[in-house]
This record gives sequence, structure tokens and C-alpha cells, in this order.
Amino acid sequence: MQTEFTPWLSLLGGALIGLSSLWLLAATGRIAGISGIVSRLLPPVAAGAGTGTAFVAGLLLAVPVFTLFSGAVPQQTVSPDLLLLAVAGLLVGFGAVFGNGCTSGHGVCGISRLSQRSIIATAAFMFTAVVTVFMMRHVLGA
Amino acid sequence: MAIVSALLAGLVFGVGLLISGMADPAKVLNFLDIWGTWDPSLAFVMGGAIAVAMPGFRLVGRRARPYFSAAFQMPARTDIDARLVTGAGVFGVGWGLGGFCPGPALAAVPLFAGGTMVFVPAMLAGMWLASAVTGSLGKGLLARSS
Repeated sequence: MQTEFTPWLSLLGGALIGLSSLWLLAATGRIAGISGIVSRLLPPVAAGAGTGTAFVAGLLLAVPVFTLFSGAVPQQTVSPDLLLLAVAGLLVGFGAVFGNGCTSGHGVCGISRLSQRSIIATAAFMFTAVVTVFMMRHVLGA
Repeated sequence: MAIVSALLAGLVFGVGLLISGMADPAKVLNFLDIWGTWDPSLAFVMGGAIAVAMPGFRLVGRRARPYFSAAFQMPARTDIDARLVTGAGVFGVGWGLGGFCPGPALAAVPLFAGGTMVFVPAMLAGMWLASAVTGSLGKGLLARSS
């Protein structure tokens, strides 16, 4: 399924993500890595989980706030294959914590800090993700 | 103030994901589908985020401490180990299967798509499992990586 290429909206949204990461670091001293923030909230909860809880609460408020101001519910197409999404979720969660970060922590914050670990991690997950999509769509034809 | 700042940061992060189209797995999967219905938007999201964060982080780095907490908590490790590459590789496979990574998946919860409601609990279970395997339950990623 084709999706519309949105260079300006994506650039603007990206700039907001960068601004948010910058603000979180300047205010609380923490890197805006979603998998790090969320994994700290899993039981047993680590000390000082207040800022993490607040960040996730803000993230969950984005859809209602966006809908209120734009008057439109964000569009999305999620696969109806629930088994596929269960497997995807397990791999994403496990991999992100095992590899110390995901698209936000390694991809945005890590690259912005010119961290060699993050650059290599980002290259690794981009590579396996592209290969996975290629296999699913062009080899297996799912 | 740290709590309010974090709430605001989460909200702006989520709105950024929605505006950029990244809460739509179809758009993410099309970015990854270079030899198919390619949609380069995600590269612009990362470009926009890094263009703001890279110079911004440098400015913040000049400060002795954050505005509302005692100290910066930056990742300390610089070595490349098998765990980093393995974890990232596994993450990428899951990302390529579902088109969701942790931020967009959480932000998309209030849209209540069936797939999201299955993905998020599975993701949390995967995170918990990785924390258990690496012996770092309750410590968070930073403690884990230092």
C-alpha cells in the first residue's frame, strides 16, 4: 500500500521530537530514549520513576491533544494480523532493552551525541528491518 | 518542575510523532520497503530531530547541571559489544514485522487499533524479559549499560 511522501510535515514533526529530547535533557538530565524510560517503569520499579511516568503520560496525551487542535483523528493502518504484532512487539521490546536503546535513544539522541555505539546500533536495526520487510513483502509475499 | 517538564516533553514528542506520520506503521514499513512502495518520510523525521538535537545537546552540555535535577545521566559506555549489535538486530526484525517501535506504539494506544493493543503488552513483556535476562530488573537502561 502506497503512503503519501510528506517531507515538510515529517521535517516539522522530527524537529518537535528533537526539541522534546533537548528539553528533557536540559530540564531533567535524561536522554529521551523511550525503551529506557519505559523499561524503568516495569516492576520492580526503580527509584525516581516520577519523570518517566510523566513522560509516558505526556506521550499518551498526544493523540487527544492533536485531535482537539487539528480537528482530525491521526490516520494509521495497523496490520490486522494479531499474531504477527504479538511477535513484533516481543522482538521490539526484547531487542530494544537488550541492545540498550531504540529509534529514539540510539537513532535520534545517540546520533546527535555522535555516539559510536548508537551509530552502529542504528545501522544494525535499519539493516535487519529493511531485510525483514524485503523478505515479508517481496520473498514471502505476505 | 522536573515532572511537569517531563510531561511536556512526552506530549511534544508524541505530537511530533503524529505530525510526522510516524504513528502510522504503514508509513514506517514503506520507508523500510526501499525496493517497493518506498516513502522516504522517516529520513526527514530523523533529519529534523537530529538537526535540532545535535546543536542543542552541545549547548546543554556546557551547563554544569540540568535545570530541575541534580546531574546529567548520560550513557557512559563507548565499547561495541555483541549485545548491542544483537539487540539492535532483533529490534530491527520486530520493527520490520510490525512497523511499530516503542514511542509510536505507546503514542498510538489512545487510537485503540487491535494490533496496537496486542503489540504494546507484548513489547512490555519483551522488555521485562530482556531486563530479567541481563540481570538489571528495576535498574533502567543507563544503570544496565554502565
